[in-house]
Amino acid sequence: MVQAGYRRERLDRGIKARSDEVFLISSYREILYTLGPWIVPILLLIVFPLFRKVIGIYWVNVSVIVCIMALLAISWVFLASVGLMSLGQAFFFGVGSYIAGFFGNNYNWSPLFTIPLSTFGGAALCALILLPVLRLRGVYFGLITFALPLLLMRIIEATKILGGTEGLSGFAPFPNILIEYYLVIAVLLVFILGFRWVFDTDYGLVLRGIRDNDRAILAAGMSVTWFKTQAIFLAALPGTFAGALLTHHYQFVGIPSFSMEFSLLPLASAIVGGPGTFAGATVGAFILVPLSEILRRFGTLRMVIYAILLTICAVGLPEGIFHYIERKYHQFERLVPIDVEKGGK
Amino acid sequence: MKEELILKLDHLSKHFGGVKAVDDVSFELRDGESLGIIGPNGSGKTTLVNLITGFLKPSAGQIFYRSKEVTNVRPNKRVQLGIVRTFQMVKPFYNLAAYKNIVIPLYSPRVKRLKGGKYGDRDDAAIDFLEEVGFERDSSVLYKTAGTLPHGYLKRLELARCLALQPDLLILDELYSGMSMSEVASTLPLIERIKDEGMTLIMVEHRLRELFRVVDRVIVLNFGNKIAEGNPIEVTGTEEVKKAYIGSGGE
Repeated sequence: MVQAGYRRERLDRGIKARSDEVFLISSYREILYTLGPWIVPILLLIVFPLFRKVIGIYWVNVSVIVCIMALLAISWVFLASVGLMSLGQAFFFGVGSYIAGFFGNNYNWSPLFTIPLSTFGGAALCALILLPVLRLRGVYFGLITFALPLLLMRIIEATKILGGTEGLSGFAPFPNILIEYYLVIAVLLVFILGFRWVFDTDYGLVLRGIRDNDRAILAAGMSVTWFKTQAIFLAALPGTFAGALLTHHYQFVGIPSFSMEFSLLPLASAIVGGPGTFAGATVGAFILVPLSEILRRFGTLRMVIYAILLTICAVGLPEGIFHYIERKYHQFERLVPIDVEKGGK
Repeated sequence: MKEELILKLDHLSKHFGGVKAVDDVSFELRDGESLGIIGPNGSGKTTLVNLITGFLKPSAGQIFYRSKEVTNVRPNKRVQLGIVRTFQMVKPFYNLAAYKNIVIPLYSPRVKRLKGGKYGDRDDAAIDFLEEVGFERDSSVLYKTAGTLPHGYLKRLELARCLALQPDLLILDELYSGMSMSEVASTLPLIERIKDEGMTLIMVEHRLRELFRVVDRVIVLNFGNKIAEGNPIEVTGTEEVKKAYIGSGGE
């Protein structure tokens, strides 16, 4: 309730001046204001597993899954920023999983080798496979990406390659969950900051230009297909890494790696969190995955409640949770007398 | 003639099903020359531009650029050779700031090659090009997203994008359509200057008065056919051209 005779005034803090480096170092308050939203969550994530005895190792495991989904979600945001609407993040995830699985199973390679190999090799493979369909735009590209993981699933099932329906297992595990946890957090941060940096460069500008108008890119003398191929490679990196990591986490890889869960949950995270930003997609994953875990106690009703909450979120906060929080962070409210003559100022 | 042949169209045709959008058109263009392409709506002017720039593949005929055949060269490769165009329907990057629209062409391999590797600060260079086409240097318009700009601005943005690519052959597809009288008046001296500096120009235009101030020669298209070619004033005086423009009942 607003006090009688007053109204609430909402003002923006000077964001532009603050983002300027000179202003930033002017006082510790400025530094805290600008870097706080980054540092506080990172610190929380770092200290979180230290309390695993209290919280339970189960939630550390959940956090790893959260980061996996966040990686797939920022991969989706990257593609969307280039105008490529992906509905099949499971494709990147599955390719990364199976490459790690193949080398882990056949040669018993440690995660130290399989993860970099599946991340970079897998991303290159994904770019190569998607090369023929890069001419497609909008929902047509989306449909192909949606179908690809399902297709690969059936191929593995029908031809019984790569372990068929039984999958591959028995790989070298991580020494302990903490190494895995800190690795995935670090990689997630590298990708968020790295992708933000890419889009700040002139190279990223060309990528964003493709979404707006690919014919104008062509008319500027650049090959749209070549830039899209590079975009697929870059966007696939977090996805294939996530797949490889989870393969070693479960010490198993099978056709569920291509399941729709890995396509839809990242997409939902990006939308609920705040479309268009890497941090927003991450926030989305950090809300949706634990929520999904908490809802497990409702059994079959879980998906119903989950769907209702998602709908409420999408309708009630179309800008996304991240943008809402960001807006509130940069605003302050104060009470102003309504009657100017009597109230003074 | 002493100037080098820059463009040669050899019996070029483009058919869409039964429609002959461009039918057996041939012409030559020399370095530094400026050519106007005129004709009534639907006569195949823009199709011809799309053929020259590679956005469409011809059904028959050949295109030569500096005596090399480019008929099947992709549009981006033609830009790298120096054939640069504006679009009749403007194609800006709607979600980017106006000056960022010019940073993108400055990233092009052509500019990199001409500048010998590194360009320096593309933002500054982009603003220089925008100033050249009539944007004010200190105006907030430069930082507005292109999608919010009026049509006349977008046309000039389109021109700045082309100039940033440092073309050898500049093709302006109805640059003046949708521009206000004052915008046309302010752009005209720029086009005249570009021409005087020796740029080879092809202009597709409906505004004949402005066109004739710039071009040395015109080609008249009607139903995809070249019906006349020559000095602008003489050509528009011929019966056939008058008929094409005004209809058979005209004077």
